[in-house]
Amino acid sequence: MSTTTVDVPEAGAEAGEVVPVPSAGRRVWAALGRTAPVFAVLAVLLVWISIENPNFTDPPVFLSFLKRAAPLAVLAAGQYLVIVAGEFDLSVGSLVTVTVVVAAEVLADHPDGTVRAMATVLALGAVVGLANGLITTRLRVPSFITTLGMLLILEGAVDYWTDGAPKGALSEDFRALGRGGIDDVPWLEQLPWSVVVLAAVAVAAVLLMRSDFGKRLIAVGDNDRAAALSGVSVARTRTIAFVLSGLAAALAGILLGGFAGVSAQVGDGLEFEAITAVVLGGVVLGGGRGSVVAAVAGALTLEALFTLLNLLGLAAALQDAVEGLIIIAAVAFAAFRLRPDR
Amino acid sequence: MNALGWLRSAGRRRPAGSAGSRRNVLPIWPALGIVVAVGWIAVTIDGGSFLTSSNLTNVLQRSVALGIVAVGQTVAILAGSLDLSVAYLISLSSLVAAETMDGRESMLVPAIAVTLALGAGVGLVNGLVITKLRVNAFIATLGTALILKGYLADNYSRPAGEVTERWESFGYTRMGPVPVSVFLFAGVALVVGFLLRRTRWGYHVYAVGGDEQVSALSGLRTHRVVIGAHVLCSVTAALTGLFLASRLGSGTPRVGTDGGYDLESIAAVVLGGTALVGGKGRVNGTVAAVLVLAVLDNVFNQLEVDPFLKQALRGVVIIAAVALYARRRLAARDEATAAPPVDAAGPVGPGTGAAGTPEVATA
Repeated sequence: MSTTTVDVPEAGAEAGEVVPVPSAGRRVWAALGRTAPVFAVLAVLLVWISIENPNFTDPPVFLSFLKRAAPLAVLAAGQYLVIVAGEFDLSVGSLVTVTVVVAAEVLADHPDGTVRAMATVLALGAVVGLANGLITTRLRVPSFITTLGMLLILEGAVDYWTDGAPKGALSEDFRALGRGGIDDVPWLEQLPWSVVVLAAVAVAAVLLMRSDFGKRLIAVGDNDRAAALSGVSVARTRTIAFVLSGLAAALAGILLGGFAGVSAQVGDGLEFEAITAVVLGGVVLGGGRGSVVAAVAGALTLEALFTLLNLLGLAAALQDAVEGLIIIAAVAFAAFRLRPDR
Repeated sequence: MNALGWLRSAGRRRPAGSAGSRRNVLPIWPALGIVVAVGWIAVTIDGGSFLTSSNLTNVLQRSVALGIVAVGQTVAILAGSLDLSVAYLISLSSLVAAETMDGRESMLVPAIAVTLALGAGVGLVNGLVITKLRVNAFIATLGTALILKGYLADNYSRPAGEVTERWESFGYTRMGPVPVSVFLFAGVALVVGFLLRRTRWGYHVYAVGGDEQVSALSGLRTHRVVIGAHVLCSVTAALTGLFLASRLGSGTPRVGTDGGYDLESIAAVVLGGTALVGGKGRVNGTVAAVLVLAVLDNVFNQLEVDPFLKQALRGVVIIAAVALYARRRLAARDEATAAPPVDAAGPVGPGTGAAGTPEVATA
């Protein structure tokens, strides 16, 4: 399969010509129909939050909400790429932890090496993603098992390396990306860097999904055999998706490390939150459907839900239960809309 | 979805002759032998003792908790599903059992009944959400897990309840050198193995896991099969909770998650040769895989491998083992490439409905 690689743009263009393309208006309408629920839910939650807390609509307060949501949203964008290609990435939570711990170690040796630390962890994220991708596509290990094994390896490695209690701290410069911002912006007071990063990631993801690569990614997730027969290198496409997911996890780790500091638990459970966010955005597990914007909106929805539950004074313990109910309800709702199934 | 379907149909196309020799012994059993042999040599060189009855008993004892729930997970995965909620259910079961018993011998049987009923109830909910609300099993059981997690965190912060003396002794009593609880594990494995390979319901599990649409078109009530698989899986989780309560003397809100039983049980099932997409695999493979994990654990402990390094090594072992399986499957597919691939995969044909079950038919 890999030997028949046709990685030239013609493959994508040809596929585009064969399929009858509906009018632009109808396409927009169809896309809205698929993704509207998550935006409607997000809008309802945001309105509800601002009723409970009128300050919420102040730009600084709203921006701090976005700042809090940014790491999860970045993770969701990366996870989206993997899920839409028909795979899972369970290793991102542990990769976030690794990012934070490794950055702290690098900064301990080179206190001024902010750029070096960031480059190191981004490279690490890419390498982990590459390993996930190659094991999944070349060794044919189901991605659930590959990334579960990677999770065990990364968690074990971090704890082994740090004896379970990471030492050191992140420098102020490094943390700026996660908690600092551009000061003295009119009206906004401060524009957090993490919101800038989030916007950049979202734009990049949308451009990526509109490119030939994005179309190949969806084709592979929808029907990998058909994609392979029409000349797409399925293995390479999926591997790139894993690499991008690893990069996104490293970036989320940089943001989260800046926001929350160093701990060995910083990434715990984030993989399931990211998958939940993607699914809330209406992206179907199994691949081939959904938009990246909706996945990012899913992450914001999840964060808005946490914010609202906090405001309503619901015990932190019960928030998990509500989250669980809402995921099931959202997916059940989507399942009824998507009938008849393929 | 389609990637999975493709793999499945590839598996189905495997000619019966080439598979016959493999059917009798799953590759995990020789692997278990190798792990035991290598572990024995390594531990002996290190100056420890491995093949003593007390150490082997220890290995068996340590495999009971994961083993029971992994057998249940095997059924869920064979039916084309999976269950991420078992870890929290194990914790909750241990608490419900210990609180219901509360040290009173008279409440032993009711407590066991209540705990198993709780398990059946959770499995029923999982199955209904997956089949009737058509929620992906991953999300449905993740949702259930979060609900149970929230309930546990809201109601319990420390161990609660007290098991009866008789129940506590169950976890520690031995018949000869063998702990009684090992018979529980063996019993569960035998019963589930029997259900899967000797009953109509078991054949239906393989058929539904092999191809749900074809099974439905052949007249199976696929929803019932999936629901039944989830009930069975959750009941085994409840049994594991009961067993752990016996070992600990009380219920503990973190016993299930600390043991990592959700992902570990799935890993054990896949390690045992069951296809994650369903329809192919056997309980005895899972049992062997659980024993492999327990032996590795024991050897690493005796060699005093750092516990964190141990976890990382376990990840490597799981990935490597599944990669080896995938190689075998690819080799099998290469043998079968003589058959025209597209025609043979026709979705509705007289042979296809039954083809989902050949693994059991001759086993």
